Amino acid sequence: MSGSPSAEWPLWEVFVRSRRGLSHTHAGSLHAPDAEMALRNARDLYTRRSEGVSIWVVPSAEITASSPDERDPFFEPSADKPYRHPTFYAIPEGVRHL
Amino acid sequence: MTAALALGDDALVLSHRLGEWAGRAPVLEEEVALANIALDLLGQARVLLSLADDEDELAYLREERAFRNVQLVEQPNGDFAHTIARQLYFSTYQELLYERLAHGSGPFAPLAAKAVKEVAYHRDHAEHWTLRLGDGTDESHERMRRGLDALWRFTGELFEPVEGCEVEWHTLHDAWLTRITSVLERATLAVPEGPRRGGWAAGAGRQGIHTEPFGRMLAEMQHLHRSHPGATW
Repeated sequence: MSGSPSAEWPLWEVFVRSRRGLSHTHAGSLHAPDAEMALRNARDLYTRRSEGVSIWVVPSAEITASSPDERDPFFEPSADKPYRHPTFYAIPEGVRHL
Repeated sequence: MTAALALGDDALVLSHRLGEWAGRAPVLEEEVALANIALDLLGQARVLLSLADDEDELAYLREERAFRNVQLVEQPNGDFAHTIARQLYFSTYQELLYERLAHGSGPFAPLAAKAVKEVAYHRDHAEHWTLRLGDGTDESHERMRRGLDALWRFTGELFEPVEGCEVEWHTLHDAWLTRITSVLERATLAVPEGPRRGGWAAGAGRQGIHTEPFGRMLAEMQHLHRSHPGATW
């Protein structure tokens, strides 16, 4: 075999749903030759201790990520808008069971 | 408990062989996959050997001639394709056998019902790799073919009836051959030709006759326990 296989195999991001009703959460990444093998590797690496009921694998190259340089325009504007959080509002006395 | 020893030794010995890949597998992901399979098999072996007698004494203090595993599982790992060929032959057999035992009323039904799900994954793992290596590059195809051919003569023994297993061995064999043929066809590989029974075939592991590499494997597996009897941590 020429070169290390993991140098040639693409990288995959693994998302695991731990219970029905919850959303898939990023669990980690791994190398695999194709999607089917990536699913199986993910099963062995990330769900051995019954962590999951469903797995997604996504080619890492297909993920578009925000860059650290864009942090301010992306995230800064929401810092001074506390009214976007429900805790900003006082609960009227008439509302029970909330 | 002839059957508990036979099935338990199959699982124990194959588990040890797969464990030998730790630190040597072609990639980390595959090392974890093989170790997982090894641990599943070790769990099965513990239950089965405990049905027969004390599991530690059976695993660590028996001589080679007292082991009842088929010769297929004791064969050295070879290259990765060789290991996958061994996995394909054995896990296909084990899944079919455990399916039948799980539906029976014998003493192995509860264990088989639980283990058959593990084994179905082992078989799936071996099939996927057989497809990729067989239908991959010229070199991977050639290595897969070599592994399948080399181990073919050990497959006849799988279907020697085991005393205490209420199974129709003929239909088990036919189902095995159908599955193997289908996988190999999809992998663009030919079903090996050559004897699986009789003078030129291997066999008799169930009677305690083993191949030469098995002694060295046992020495490695047993030496710690024999050097420090009763040691704990």
